[in-house]
Amino acid sequence: MAEYLLEVKNLKKYFPLKKGFLQGKRGSVRAVDGLSFFIREGGSFGLVGESGSGKTTVARLVLRLIEPTEGEIWWDGNDICKFSGMEMKELRRNMQMIFQDPHSSLNPRKTVFRSIAEPLTIYEGIKGRRLRERVEELLEIVGMKREYMFRYPHELSGGQKQRVGIARALSLHPKLLLLDEPTSALDVSVQAQMLNFLETLQQRMNLTYLYISHNLAVIRYTCNTVAVMYLGKIVEIGETESIFSNPRHPYTRALVSAVPLPQAEQPEKMILLEGDIPSATHIPSGCRFHTRCPEKIGAICEEAEPSTQVFLDGGQVDCHLYPVVGQKGIVMESYLNDTLYRGKR
Amino acid sequence: MNFLLEIRDLKIEFESFEGTSHVLEDVHLTLGRGETLGLVGETGCGKSITAKAILRLLPIPPARIVSGNILFQGEDLLGKSEEEMKEIRGKQIGMVFQDPSTFLNPVFTIEEQLVDVILSHKIRDRSNIQAKGLDRRGAVKRAIELLREVKIPEPEARIKSYPHEFSGGMRQRVLIAMALSGSPQILIADEPTTALDVTIQAQILRLINELVQKHGHSVLLISHDLGVVASVCQRIAVMYAGNMVENCSTLQLFKRPLHPYTQGLLNSILTFSKREATAQGIKGMIPDLIQPPPGCRFHPRCLSAMDVCQRGKPPSIAFEEGHWVSCHLYRK
Repeated sequence: MAEYLLEVKNLKKYFPLKKGFLQGKRGSVRAVDGLSFFIREGGSFGLVGESGSGKTTVARLVLRLIEPTEGEIWWDGNDICKFSGMEMKELRRNMQMIFQDPHSSLNPRKTVFRSIAEPLTIYEGIKGRRLRERVEELLEIVGMKREYMFRYPHELSGGQKQRVGIARALSLHPKLLLLDEPTSALDVSVQAQMLNFLETLQQRMNLTYLYISHNLAVIRYTCNTVAVMYLGKIVEIGETESIFSNPRHPYTRALVSAVPLPQAEQPEKMILLEGDIPSATHIPSGCRFHTRCPEKIGAICEEAEPSTQVFLDGGQVDCHLYPVVGQKGIVMESYLNDTLYRGKR
Repeated sequence: MNFLLEIRDLKIEFESFEGTSHVLEDVHLTLGRGETLGLVGETGCGKSITAKAILRLLPIPPARIVSGNILFQGEDLLGKSEEEMKEIRGKQIGMVFQDPSTFLNPVFTIEEQLVDVILSHKIRDRSNIQAKGLDRRGAVKRAIELLREVKIPEPEARIKSYPHEFSGGMRQRVLIAMALSGSPQILIADEPTTALDVTIQAQILRLINELVQKHGHSVLLISHDLGVVASVCQRIAVMYAGNMVENCSTLQLFKRPLHPYTQGLLNSILTFSKREATAQGIKGMIPDLIQPPPGCRFHPRCLSAMDVCQRGKPPSIAFEEGHWVSCHLYRK
């Protein structure tokens, strides 16, 4: 048994940009550009970022639906990038994905029963009454009545469709669920129900979750550990509470402050970022956030890519605001700088 | 009180294959001069229908306006001819839509599209025809001015771009510029930031706030996100299944929500500031509007439903100054 259920080391995915039919490569889209993180068994890990930051690409890489350009993905002590197709097929039972849009992830011409039964017939070859019993059991787990079994997706509401998607993902007893924006297609009143349900499900079935979302409130509600992505890189990782109450990276600070709060008094000070996310084909030099950073400290931000600073509470930040003290890779004393820095503000 | 816009007992039905859908029922709404009003509710509660009804953009049929009035400066918009409506759309009431990419024509430059809108406003302004004529160069100038107003960097150069060269946030800015081009009195924004990222959303909301302060537009902001509405609007109207359930100031709504639906909605929001308690959600689903529940439309999901809720429509009750609620719980 390895220490982590899933560990990703320096993962990269570059999509080539072709110019024409014969001219060959023009450049590449650096969708994921050197990502490292790990997830403990039973934990909930959240990836937050704006659109185009590479969150979904990470999920697809972890499932090896697309091949990484570089890097390693360790599952339970094995590097799955070296797995053959057959081994991968066996492994995918353990990691299942739940997609953003419940309307398009279900086949409109299949009944609920057939959608849920399909993985069971493929992987376990169950038929007849046993198959029916298993599907009934799964529907019960996701809190749906048996009468929905022979309905078609168009007869269900968004929340129900999402539950069918979850039942299908659970059918093979996975260990890890990759939830790609699981609630963004749902209304607020249903969203809360869905997240609560996912939480009880996690405890009941001992699941590990990888949440992917642009919605900071969802991530805060569900995850123990959060990684903030910007243009294919993680700029900050840490415990959920510390990320949200004491964000260290200027991007995280701006992201947290940009969420409009459902309350009468809006906070006076708001960090407003200028401009848009740069294109992933032309990633800015040095720190990739420097073009929009409100706390840019000088030329160093444009020239050098910041290294990862590890703080005493386990948080990691890639930013020049926290200068390197001591040797690279060792727990940095920059925690002190951090408190100093905050005192100054 | 004299309102700029007043919707009275508006009732709209849609004819569909399965039957008549009772989409809006007795909707009452007022918008004062310089007021910012938020319209909140879940999918299918009739927010966008209300906005489109104001501009008479609903397709009739299948839509049918059964009863009610929409008074703009004291005149009923529902009685206007199509010619008269063209005078009002864009010039008096401007609208910004949800998805900025579908409302810009991909084969024309921003300049062509903005100038078109500006010129069409001028043509309609008959007194201006002789005075200024169809001055294209003047229109381009005005377009650049508008783009500068919505804070598009280097508007002189960017105006030659095509919509695909703009990001989502920039496109939304262009649409806001377009809506402002006729200097309307009312700006209706239907989910203006839903398709955008949070940091971009913050920029656009800031822009709307600044424009409102500068020009004193009245704003009707439609959103499913209470946070967005709270950061722009002074008043909030909550809709549920085609009914207006609560209407009060932003302060009152968060301090003392009265309607059980509003309370449920506030409880389902994942409080971003801290995870103190689990979010509740509201049990059940939005009703089918072809056969809406009798009495109060919320009663099948309501935690404090009484017998009377199944029988009678709740009246609109003025609970306190500027705070209306439609619920049997507050009947005296």
